[in-house]
Amino acid sequence: MSTQPILQVRDLKVHFDIKTSSLWPWAPSLALKAVDGVSLDLYPGETLGVVGESGCGKSTFARALIGLVKSRAGSIKWQGQELLELDHHGWREIRKDIQMIFQDPLASLNPRMTIGDIIAEPLRTFYPRLNKQEVTDKVKTMMMKVGLLPNVINRYPHEFSGGQCQRIGIARALILEPKLVICDEPVSALDVSIQAQVVNLLKSLQKEMGLSLIFIAHDLSVVKHISDRVMVMYLGNQVELGQGKALYADPKHPYTKALMSAVPIPDPDIERNKTIQLLEGDLPSPINPPSGCVFRTRCPIAVASCAEQRPTLQGEPRHAVACPRVA
Amino acid sequence: MITNKPNSEAVSRFATQLQEAPAEVEGRSLWQDARRRFMHNKAAMISLITLSVIILLCLFGSQLGDFTYDDIDWNAMQIAPDTASGHFFGTDSLGRDLFVRTLVGGQISLMVGVLGALVAIVIGTLYGAMAGFIGGRTDSFMMRTLEILNSFPFMFFVILLVTFFGRNIMLIFIAIGAVSWLDMARIVRGQTLSLKSKEFIEAAHVCGVSTWAIITRHIVPNVLGIVVVYATLLVPSMILFESFLSYLGLGVQEPMTSWGALLNEGSKTMEVAPWQLLFPAGFLVTTLFCFNFVGDGLRDALDPKDR
Amino acid sequence: MSLLSIKNLEVHFSTPDGTVTAVNKLNFSLEAGQTLGIVGESGSGKSQTAFALMGLLAKNGKVSGEATFDGKSIVGLSEKELNRIRSEKIAMIFQDPMTSLNPYMRVGEQLMEVLMLHKGMTKADAFEESVRMLDAVKMPEARKRMKMFPHEFSGGMRQRVMIAMALLCRPQLLIADEPTTALDVTVQAQIMTLLSELQRDFNTAIIMITHDLGVVAGICDKVLVMYAGRTMEYGSARDIFYRPSHPYTQGLLSAIPRLDSDDMAALPTIPGNPPNLLKLPQGCPFQDRCQHVSDICRYSEPELITTSDQRQRACHWLAEEQA
Repeated sequence: MSTQPILQVRDLKVHFDIKTSSLWPWAPSLALKAVDGVSLDLYPGETLGVVGESGCGKSTFARALIGLVKSRAGSIKWQGQELLELDHHGWREIRKDIQMIFQDPLASLNPRMTIGDIIAEPLRTFYPRLNKQEVTDKVKTMMMKVGLLPNVINRYPHEFSGGQCQRIGIARALILEPKLVICDEPVSALDVSIQAQVVNLLKSLQKEMGLSLIFIAHDLSVVKHISDRVMVMYLGNQVELGQGKALYADPKHPYTKALMSAVPIPDPDIERNKTIQLLEGDLPSPINPPSGCVFRTRCPIAVASCAEQRPTLQGEPRHAVACPRVA
Repeated sequence: MITNKPNSEAVSRFATQLQEAPAEVEGRSLWQDARRRFMHNKAAMISLITLSVIILLCLFGSQLGDFTYDDIDWNAMQIAPDTASGHFFGTDSLGRDLFVRTLVGGQISLMVGVLGALVAIVIGTLYGAMAGFIGGRTDSFMMRTLEILNSFPFMFFVILLVTFFGRNIMLIFIAIGAVSWLDMARIVRGQTLSLKSKEFIEAAHVCGVSTWAIITRHIVPNVLGIVVVYATLLVPSMILFESFLSYLGLGVQEPMTSWGALLNEGSKTMEVAPWQLLFPAGFLVTTLFCFNFVGDGLRDALDPKDR
Repeated sequence: MSLLSIKNLEVHFSTPDGTVTAVNKLNFSLEAGQTLGIVGESGSGKSQTAFALMGLLAKNGKVSGEATFDGKSIVGLSEKELNRIRSEKIAMIFQDPMTSLNPYMRVGEQLMEVLMLHKGMTKADAFEESVRMLDAVKMPEARKRMKMFPHEFSGGMRQRVMIAMALLCRPQLLIADEPTTALDVTVQAQIMTLLSELQRDFNTAIIMITHDLGVVAGICDKVLVMYAGRTMEYGSARDIFYRPSHPYTQGLLSAIPRLDSDDMAALPTIPGNPPNLLKLPQGCPFQDRCQHVSDICRYSEPELITTSDQRQRACHWLAEEQA
């Protein structure tokens, strides 16, 4: 692993304006803090897992990294180049290097295009000079790589199962030979037996092409299996970030602990005898999050001082946690 | 427990299947699926055939008669249908052959209907897709413009045009074209808004596809289904609109005619010469029915979930 | 005498492309207070089994076979009789609680309606009973929440309302169709804990339909593994998890990454894709993905055999040894 990170994110914030029902146009609009200050480094060839429950901002974080949503503040440096200052054309060039795989395999494919056209679209966009035969050859090679029969090149997405559609999505993302692929819940919509296929495929392609992956999922087991490092998010904040092994063996933040204890394990003896730390109450609204530590309203070890200052990640880079009570 | 060895065998077997790839298979697109479903719809197929017959008749049928639409047969004024004299549908009060006039009138009516629908498709789809896709201020501005146009009293507008420029078929086209695309633009905009949040549009953004290409390559083909359905249902309402204008006397100039104009004349002599009303009315009603059935059939075929 | 016993249950759908057999020759039984897990992937027929039992199949669906509940047959009942059983004896909760609650009615009214309709309670009694039931499903501030609309609840709270509504008439059997699939893990843990506590208190039998083997491990006494509408394996939870004997069960168990394992090697997978129910191959439906496939699997479909250790299994592989 090289020492130079390819992607550096510093204090990234994504806020969405919510229209108020006030009559006055000058009434201040509310901000939904989807991502509120996330920092991380990503190294070449590494897989970073991002876990959290729905509403924690992990998908918004992914979309901000690739410019699909506008960031409010912070910085994203891709190989030293600041992405947030780029214009439309600058982003276009970056997209050769950063690609994305989506959650819903069928919805991410245009139903009116053949899968050959779908996979070839990035090529046609970036290399319009390639002739038809070259494009077809490249597409077919890529289809073989992701485990699709090249003879189905003229079929349409609805003729494929979910797992195959996800392979098509992966082929489209990889055809430009990017350096970083952001996977937004790539296996959550798939059946159990297909999930393993797609995870293995991603892993082997990563090794073959030297990709970095940002793997977003709500399933902690899958993330554990595929990631080198893992970041845990709660309500737009990062609560824990560390090497996968260290984090899973010794979760420090009370939220991470609760999350891990809640994951069901397919083993009746273990599953029935484990103690689950149930979280009290509901997720607070991201429009008006709690002051100080956002987790304090549900935290079993919260004290009065938690309401005062927002904790930041502390500890060594191997395993850092955003909670002064356990760091 | 499971061992890894036979499993890797199964995987390699799967891989060899990949190697021995047979010839390319053709896919079945959603359009082909829709065509298959449409062919199974009896009412729609019968309507489509009837419609084709009517259109062919209107285009070439007038050559079958011995008369042109403005020939006056002095020997046969207002006579009943009769094959011996060559007036299959009879004649009108001026002795003009009704068979030829109905078919020629059909040409005008159908042309107005189809052209009106075409204008609606082209302007409405592009306008709606652009407003929906770009969104924000542009969308607000484009939709407000549309509302202003929509609230404009078109009947008044037509009357104004006709008084200033005289009766002319071109004016009818302009008037009809101006109204027809408004609803279409609204429908397409709504569809675009719901498509915009789909992941394949996001994927296209990520692939660096330009805005124009996203609209033409990803949005328009996906709204085309609903556009086609709406257009087939739009044609009859355009025909009706033209008939209405002609009935009011604002339509085509004599001796040229349309179904609406024929109905207008026929209704005046309904008691003494009912054929003058019945033949054009029969054609008009059949055409409207057929278009509606075809439109329904298309909707079922293109959107099977909604049944 | 079992609470529910199913013999040769079949569900067929007639579609424009031909008849689909969604459920094929299903056999199982369930005792009072027991939990049966039905596991399978999408299209395996697990939800259609539940819909068939509840008489909720789509119009083009047809049920055949026997299903005896509490000594009475429940297949082919009239809509009226079904309604009575559905509300009082068998209840069902669904994956998406939002679609099963009326968005224009207050939650309290919806709960009270059930009681007033089926138990003939007065409004005041129904109100008190509803509050008691919301308390039972650990809804905080139950009295206040009776006046709220479904959209004011979070996903987990909505599922609690659904469970409360299902349990109002004290049913003997609760069918839960993927009750936690749409929920986060921490909420899932809350709901599963709640379900097992309620089961203990009310002695309700539960049919838990899910694709999540972890959920099954936590609550189920018996497990039925389905594939392409057929039973692959059926037995006690311990047998299925610790001694799986069907290649599909084995594959499924080894294909899920586990939180308690540090093995980072490639996951063993089941190759290929689930079969199309319209074009099932001759023989065993699992043949193309099976690692133990032999010639016999290609032409003869394995029969469901009850083995010596009280489990059912449909597979040619090692069939002689097991019998």
